[in-house]
Amino acid sequence: MSTSLTPRPGTTPMLSAQNIARYFDVSKPLLQRMIAREGKRTLRAVDGLSFDIPKGTTLSLVGESGCGKSTVARLVVGLYGTSGGRVMFDGQDLSLARADSKQRSRMQMIFQDPYASLNPRWRVVDIVAEPIRAFGLLDDKQAILRRVGELLTQVGLSPLDGSKYPHEFSGGQRQRISIARALSSNPEFLVCDEPTSALDVSVQAQILNLMKELQTRLGLTYLFISHNLAVVRQVSDRIGVMYLGKLVELAPAESLFSRPRHPYTRALMEAIPDLEMTGRKRIPVGGEVPSPISPPPGCTFHPRCPLANERCRIEVPLMTLAGDAMVACHAVEEGRDQEGRGALPR
Amino acid sequence: MSLLQVKNLRVEFPTRRGTLVALDDVSFDIAPGEVLGVVGESGAGKSMTGAAIIGLLEPPGRIAGGQILLEGKRIDNLPYEQMRRIRGRQIGAIFQDPLTTLNPLYTIGRQLIETMTTHLPIGPGEAREKAIGWLEHVGIPAARERIDSYPHEFSGGMRQRVVIALALCAEPKLIVADEPTTALDVSIQAQVIAMLKTLAREKGTAMMLVTHDMGVIAETADRVAVMYAGRISEIGPVRELVRHARHPYSKGLMDSIPPLDRRVERLQQIDGSMPRLSAIPKGCPYNTRCPRVFDRCYVERPELLDAGTTRAACWLYAEGAPQGASV
Repeated sequence: MSTSLTPRPGTTPMLSAQNIARYFDVSKPLLQRMIAREGKRTLRAVDGLSFDIPKGTTLSLVGESGCGKSTVARLVVGLYGTSGGRVMFDGQDLSLARADSKQRSRMQMIFQDPYASLNPRWRVVDIVAEPIRAFGLLDDKQAILRRVGELLTQVGLSPLDGSKYPHEFSGGQRQRISIARALSSNPEFLVCDEPTSALDVSVQAQILNLMKELQTRLGLTYLFISHNLAVVRQVSDRIGVMYLGKLVELAPAESLFSRPRHPYTRALMEAIPDLEMTGRKRIPVGGEVPSPISPPPGCTFHPRCPLANERCRIEVPLMTLAGDAMVACHAVEEGRDQEGRGALPR
Repeated sequence: MSLLQVKNLRVEFPTRRGTLVALDDVSFDIAPGEVLGVVGESGAGKSMTGAAIIGLLEPPGRIAGGQILLEGKRIDNLPYEQMRRIRGRQIGAIFQDPLTTLNPLYTIGRQLIETMTTHLPIGPGEAREKAIGWLEHVGIPAARERIDSYPHEFSGGMRQRVVIALALCAEPKLIVADEPTTALDVSIQAQVIAMLKTLAREKGTAMMLVTHDMGVIAETADRVAVMYAGRISEIGPVRELVRHARHPYSKGLMDSIPPLDRRVERLQQIDGSMPRLSAIPKGCPYNTRCPRVFDRCYVERPELLDAGTTRAACWLYAEGAPQGASV
C-alpha cells in the first residue's frame, strides 16, 4: 500500500491523468439559438483533473451525483475522448494504448447496474468468454470453457453456473459475473464505477471482500468510483473528492478521514448519518450542488461554504500541497480554516 | 392506544405457477408521534407492507389474511372511494422518486391547494396561504414566488421537500415514507431527514419509515422492524437493535455495514442471498444462511419470541435452545 502522493521515482504509474477535461455541448438546436439570440452552451463535466494511480493500489473518486466522477471513469478507459489534457496508461498515451489490442486487454471496467450490464439473452459462459474471444486470447473451445470455469470459481460461483442465464441470479451474483467477465482478459487495471451501490449491504460486503481478495491475489490496480465514503474508506489507498467537475482534495485515505481539509470534504463527512448513535449533533451543509452548465465564479463551492470570502468569489483555487494532501481551497491555503473550526465541527 | 395496528397481515400474489406469499404473518403497531423504521434487503417485503397499509397494492397482489386498523377501525377491507378519502386525509405517503409523485402538468401550488381543499374544510384562498406556509416550513426559499412553479423547475432535493409538504399538508395522523431519501445526494439527505423528523415530532404524526439505509434509521426511528423473506425477523427499540441485535440475521445485517470511522481488513458478510418467494425453505426462512442454525430451525417456523429488550423470530430464544444461545 502506498501512502505517498508522488510515486517513487523510477516506477511508472499504472494510470496518469494529466489535466484531463471533458466538455459536452448542450446547446439548443441552431435555429432555436438564432431565434432566441443565444450562444452555445457547454457543460464542463470534467474540468482539469490530474492524478496518478501507482501500480497495485486503489484510487477512489467520491462526490455527489453530477460531479463528474463517472465521466472520469469513462475517460480513463477511453469510452469518451478527452476535450483537453491527456491520459497515460502505463507510460503510453491512452489513444495509442487503445489502438493496440494487447494493451487494451490490460484494462477493464465494472459497471454499477448488474441488471443492465449483462446481456439477458446470453448464457453466463458466453458473457464471461466474450473478452477472451474478442481479444483472441484462447481459440480452443475446451480451453475457453476451462478458463471460464476457473473465473467463475474465482469469483465464488460454480463452473456449472455457466449454462444459466443472468435472470437466474440475484444482484450480488450478477455483479460476480461482471467481475468474472472483467477478469477474463487478465487485466491489470480495473475501473469500477459504483460497483456496489445497486446492492444490499450484506451483499455489498461480499463484493467488496471479493474485490480486495482479487487485488491481493492478482496485484490489480483499481480506480474506484463511489458516493459512499464508508465504502471508499474500506478499499482505498488514496481518495480524491470531486465537486462540479474538479478535484477539491486528493489525500491518502487515512489522512482524509483523520483530517479532512477542504470544507466540502468536511461537509460530506458531516452529512453521513451516525450509526454509532453518539448523539452527535449534525449540521447539514446548506444549499445544493449548482448547475455545471453555469457554475459559480471563483471557487465553485463558495455559495455553500461557511469559510468563503471575497477572494473565493473571484479567484479559482488551485490544488496546493497541504501536509500529505493536495487541496484546492483559499481558506486552507491562508490558514483561515483553522479559525473556522468552530463553524464546521470536526 | 396504538394509532396503527397491523395484525397477522398476509399478502398473496396468485400466479400461473401457484400462489406466492409476499407477506406472511406480519404484525406490529405504531403509537402517535412514533417513528417505526422498517429495514431489510430488497425483496424482503418492506415496501409491500407500506403499500398494503395505504391500500395501494399492485394487482394481482391482495390481502389474503389479517387486519389493518387505524385508530381501532379496520381499513384493509374498505371500498376504493372510502379508502381514497382516508389516504391523504389520515395517511400521507412519501415515495422514493419525487418526480413520479408530483403531477408534471400542475404547478406545485395547485397540487397543494387541491389536496387541502379536498381534505380540509377550507376555501382556496386560505389554502393558498397555508400552502405558502408549508413550503416555507419544509425549507423552500422564496416560497411566495415559487408556489406557481412547475415540478420540473425544482431540483431533486427541493422536489422531495414539495412531496413532503404535500404529504403533510392535510395533517394526516400517519405518514408512510418509502425510501424518502434514497434518490437524494448525501448532503441533501441529511437536510431532508432532519426536517422530516422535526415535523413529525412537532405535529405528533406517526411515521412508518421504510429504508435500506441503517444510518437513516439510527438517526430517525424510535423502533425498528427487520424484515426477511416477507416476515418480521426482529422488532425492538432502535438503540438495542443497532447495538445488540438478537436475531442472527439482524446481527449479520448490522455487522456488514462498512464502518466509517476505521478501516477493516475484511468486512463481515452474510453468505448467500435471500431465497426467492417461490423457494422459501421450510422452518425458519433464514436457515440457509444462518451461522447458528440447529435442527429445530429446519422443522418449525419461529414466532416472534422475547429476546430481552427486543422480540426476535429465532429458536435460539426459545426454551431448550442449544448452549450459549442468548448472547
